[in-house]
Amino acid sequence: MEGRGHIVHEKAQTLPPPVMSVGIARWLKDNLFSSPSNVVLTFVVIYVLWLIVPPFLDWAIFDAVWYATSRAECWDTGDGACWAVVVTRFDQFVYGDYPVSERWRANLAFVLLFVALAPVLFDGIPWRRHLVGFSIAYPVVAYILLIGGFGLPEVETARFGGFLLTIVIGITGISASLPLGILLALGRQSDLFIIRVLCVAFIEFIRGVPLITLLFVASTLLNYFMPPGTSFNLLVRVLIMVTLFSAAYLAEVIRGGLQAMPAGQYEAAKSLGLPYWKTMRLVILPQALKISIPGIVNSFIALYKDTTLVIIIGLLDPLGIGKATLSDTTWQGLSTEVYVFVAIFFFLCCFGMSRYSAWLERRLHTGH
Amino acid sequence: MTDQDVPTSQEAVTGTISDEVVIDITSMNKWFGDFHVLKDINLTVYRGERIVICGPSGSGKSTMIRCINRLEKHQRGKVEVDGIELTDNIKKMDQVRREVGMVFQHFNLFPHLTVLENCTLAPIWVRRMPRADAEETAMRYLERVKIPEQASKFPGQLSGGQQQRVAIARSLCMEPRVMLFDEPTSALDPEMIKEVLEVMVDLAESGMTMLCVTHEMGFARQVANRVIFMDEGQIVEQAPPTEFFRNPKSDRTKLFLSQILHSEA
Ligand SMILES: Nc1ncnc2c1ncn2[C@@H]1O[C@H](COP(=O)(O)OP(=O)(O)O)[C@@H](O)[C@H]1O
Ligand SMILES: [Mg+2]
Repeated sequence: MEGRGHIVHEKAQTLPPPVMSVGIARWLKDNLFSSPSNVVLTFVVIYVLWLIVPPFLDWAIFDAVWYATSRAECWDTGDGACWAVVVTRFDQFVYGDYPVSERWRANLAFVLLFVALAPVLFDGIPWRRHLVGFSIAYPVVAYILLIGGFGLPEVETARFGGFLLTIVIGITGISASLPLGILLALGRQSDLFIIRVLCVAFIEFIRGVPLITLLFVASTLLNYFMPPGTSFNLLVRVLIMVTLFSAAYLAEVIRGGLQAMPAGQYEAAKSLGLPYWKTMRLVILPQALKISIPGIVNSFIALYKDTTLVIIIGLLDPLGIGKATLSDTTWQGLSTEVYVFVAIFFFLCCFGMSRYSAWLERRLHTGH
Repeated sequence: MTDQDVPTSQEAVTGTISDEVVIDITSMNKWFGDFHVLKDINLTVYRGERIVICGPSGSGKSTMIRCINRLEKHQRGKVEVDGIELTDNIKKMDQVRREVGMVFQHFNLFPHLTVLENCTLAPIWVRRMPRADAEETAMRYLERVKIPEQASKFPGQLSGGQQQRVAIARSLCMEPRVMLFDEPTSALDPEMIKEVLEVMVDLAESGMTMLCVTHEMGFARQVANRVIFMDEGQIVEQAPPTEFFRNPKSDRTKLFLSQILHSEA
């Protein structure tokens, strides 16, 4: 055979991959034990986790006390976390001072929120086109449910509190600031001098001022621009300020995305006869927003957590409820439990947003 | 230098040229800042003409054809397309752009849309064509450029030659009266140039009015009824291809042809 020509007559067989190249063993080897230094690192991390995790689980779960009427009773029962404080005050953490008899309205609004969000966030939803109609109507539905009208007794917004308040401010701020941010970003690139200057001035002003000062001066500032005699409810003021604040940041994030668009995309759209707004809506924004997703979600997460600042102007967000709880002599001294609980709530919301954005980025990837 | 330098194997395209004026450019001038990029351009294009524009890099070829669909604004003189004068009037500008297709060196497909969606976007949103009709038209043109099987892929998954053919189909879906090509094969690997040129020859045979900036002299010989040579913002010379290649009049043309035909051989 050697030195002779060689011709293959049969097609090569398709074989399954060797066993070691897939499965858990392979994954462990590739990720945790790929080199001597990696092996050392793996063991150090395991040791540190061993030091931290079991005691934490003992505190948080195994030695924890779930039901008690006071801190003293808790400490008599066990030496772990005293979740009784959270269990007892749970309704307040969720609804604040929202009237007990009307809480079903908040619950219903919360459930409907998911019905409204689903068709906006996911494109595989059945009857999506019809559901989007509901999404558009949702702000009105939620307003009526939460505040009143159509026979529902009015609930003053001053009684909103806890997670309810966080979600109202967070979701309103997010959904209002995105379109506003897009308009500001487009305005900043406009050919019209006046529009460009106004947008830049607005963005720079808002970015240059801490949110908390905006919240403080909200009433004076807003009354300035509104017809005399208009008086603003505190929650509305907060919603407007949080929205404007977030919109200014979003505008800058989206501007980055717009600037990354090659001129050829505009030229191709123009050469097909697409006018400006259609070019933006169909060609430029879908791409610019897609590359801006990480920055946009980053801003949303920041906004969501910034809602806790309203505690300073006297609204009872979850931290406000926590503070009130801790000043009650029955539960004094349980700040760890209270703040861990509030932290878990925020973490779940923000982690959810982060996961969604990662999913969306993968979903929109088109191989370029 | 004679015509024999580059053998033309294909048969020349002989379309009918009507006496209807499609594009009329008179004394057009343009500046980029202080730089006088187009100097007194005069050009009349009749329906059915296939014009190849060549010239050294930086001579203003792209700028000139981009003035025809107002991707660039001229500052002096007059540009009329189908009797519509191009001015700052946005309505008229969009009207002209609907009738003038353009193919770019770098394809400029919309990467977030599938091939089919690239082709149906403008018919649906500009011509207000029902989606089903637009898709049918798109498939017809994708077949014409020989890639109907790629319709549901994204541009990023196609080769350069395939992308350029999609770009041609996308323009054709608007059923334009004129097609502008700006170096459509310059960004392609040699083996892909042929597939794109074939599509363009086919288009020329169908009677499309075409203005094509290219250095593919074989294509010029086969397809063009007129070759225009530009240098330093001027139209230096224009002639039918046989005459243009066999008997160039100006020294600048001769120099350019000797360089380009030499490198082509
Ligand atoms: N947007 C622009 N701004 C300034 N100068 C430009 C611009 N576009 C092109 N030019 C200049 O105008 C000249 C002609 O460009 P172009 O029409 O692209 O030439 P060609 O297509 O013949 O290579 C070149 O010198 C180029 O640098
Ligand atoms: Mg050019």
